[in-house]
Amino acid sequence: MTPDSPVHVSLRVNGSRHEVDVPARRLLSDLLRHDLGLTGTHVGCEHGVCGACTVLVDGAPMRSCLLFAVSVDGAEVTTMEGCRAADGSLGPVQAAFRDAHALQCGFCTPGFVTTVTAFLRENRAPTEAEAREAISGNLCRCTGYQNIVAAVLRAAEATAPDETAGERR
Amino acid sequence: MKPAPFTYHRPCTVDEAVQRLDELDGAGKVLAGGQSLVPLLSMRLAAPEHLVDINGLTELDSVEVAPGQVRVGATARQARVERDPAVRAAVPLLGQALAQVAHPTIRNRGTVVGSLVHADPASELPAVLLLLDGVVEVRTASGRREVAATDMFLGPMSSAVGAGELATAARFPVPAPHSGTSFVEVSRRHGDFALCGVAALVVTDPAGAITSARAALVGVAPTAVLVDLTPAVHGTGGGLDARSRDALVEAAIDPETDIHASADYRRQLARVLTARAVDEAALRATAAGGASR
Repeated sequence: MTPDSPVHVSLRVNGSRHEVDVPARRLLSDLLRHDLGLTGTHVGCEHGVCGACTVLVDGAPMRSCLLFAVSVDGAEVTTMEGCRAADGSLGPVQAAFRDAHALQCGFCTPGFVTTVTAFLRENRAPTEAEAREAISGNLCRCTGYQNIVAAVLRAAEATAPDETAGERR
Repeated sequence: MKPAPFTYHRPCTVDEAVQRLDELDGAGKVLAGGQSLVPLLSMRLAAPEHLVDINGLTELDSVEVAPGQVRVGATARQARVERDPAVRAAVPLLGQALAQVAHPTIRNRGTVVGSLVHADPASELPAVLLLLDGVVEVRTASGRREVAATDMFLGPMSSAVGAGELATAARFPVPAPHSGTSFVEVSRRHGDFALCGVAALVVTDPAGAITSARAALVGVAPTAVLVDLTPAVHGTGGGLDARSRDALVEAAIDPETDIHASADYRRQLARVLTARAVDEAALRATAAGGASR
């Protein structure tokens, strides 16, 4: 085996199974964008600082630029594209970002949406402080953090269990 | 910003991994969580010929809380250790320190043992290992050995785990009864490496008088440093003499000036944060004593 010989990687992305042969040094972020054409994952700093490339690996948010595709062989990956609603319309977190004006240029948004999607599964009713902590690893160079925090809280309301929604009505 | 080509190895057992590392004769680098290694590869600060990926070694994916110690396997993620209620009860310092390691997203992949082997002088976990007199378990093709915390950290990004070796676990002893710990740090931005960080361990007698105090500091020397502050404890055990505490801290550290902070500022942080960490640890020791009575 030489450094450039391809390695077989099998993984599920947003529910679809993919089998690819890639060089071992292929980053997961590049596999998603270049090999699978899923350009919803954005690559900002490419060394783990900005958070734009965050995807869910087996449900947990991780930096796709800090993972080799070969080392997540067999994993279930969820990208921005997988955060849509089943009918293809905006998912609850995406809709909350739109409603709260939580994006300006939109470059950082995929990383926020994946991070927040995972966060709200663990914490259905976060405080503002918890929302800030949850997004602390994501940078927005348009400095739209106030609205992003508002979007997290709005998404939490939108995804709250039905009985809570019932009380509110 | 792409890593240089490397040959990839994915062993399925620890035996296979150490055999492969031995065959590679120093040319193999271990890939665990990769949250420090992959940026180094992408920036071409490191370009090993071979990467030995240990993420498939399920036998190392363990967190064991036994009487007297917490044992963390080499592929256990930081987030898992941080959230484990049994770990938090047995060795609260692990949770206190892990909460300040980078961001939650990084901790979902990064490993405790990898952080120790990486030995960044500003990282939190080496201070935890030092402060608690922990041990790192190491396997080689020919056998196994254990590295005491005081022998583990040799210099910036340099630990006692050699090129042909695999760190398989770290053990963190449970502190004595009537003790408390704290981890405090100051960084430029939330989640950044600390300009200075301090872990403290304070032990009291059943009446609440301090009998010993120690601190481990990061970011202010080529490696994390351990300082015994017991000589600064007042005769009554009611607290530490500020002047002798500061003198003990200053004698142990050797901070440098860089773009983030001057050496003087780091020295100031070391004094102030040690005081804060010791005070908080003492409060927790007293609270723990009260709870057990």
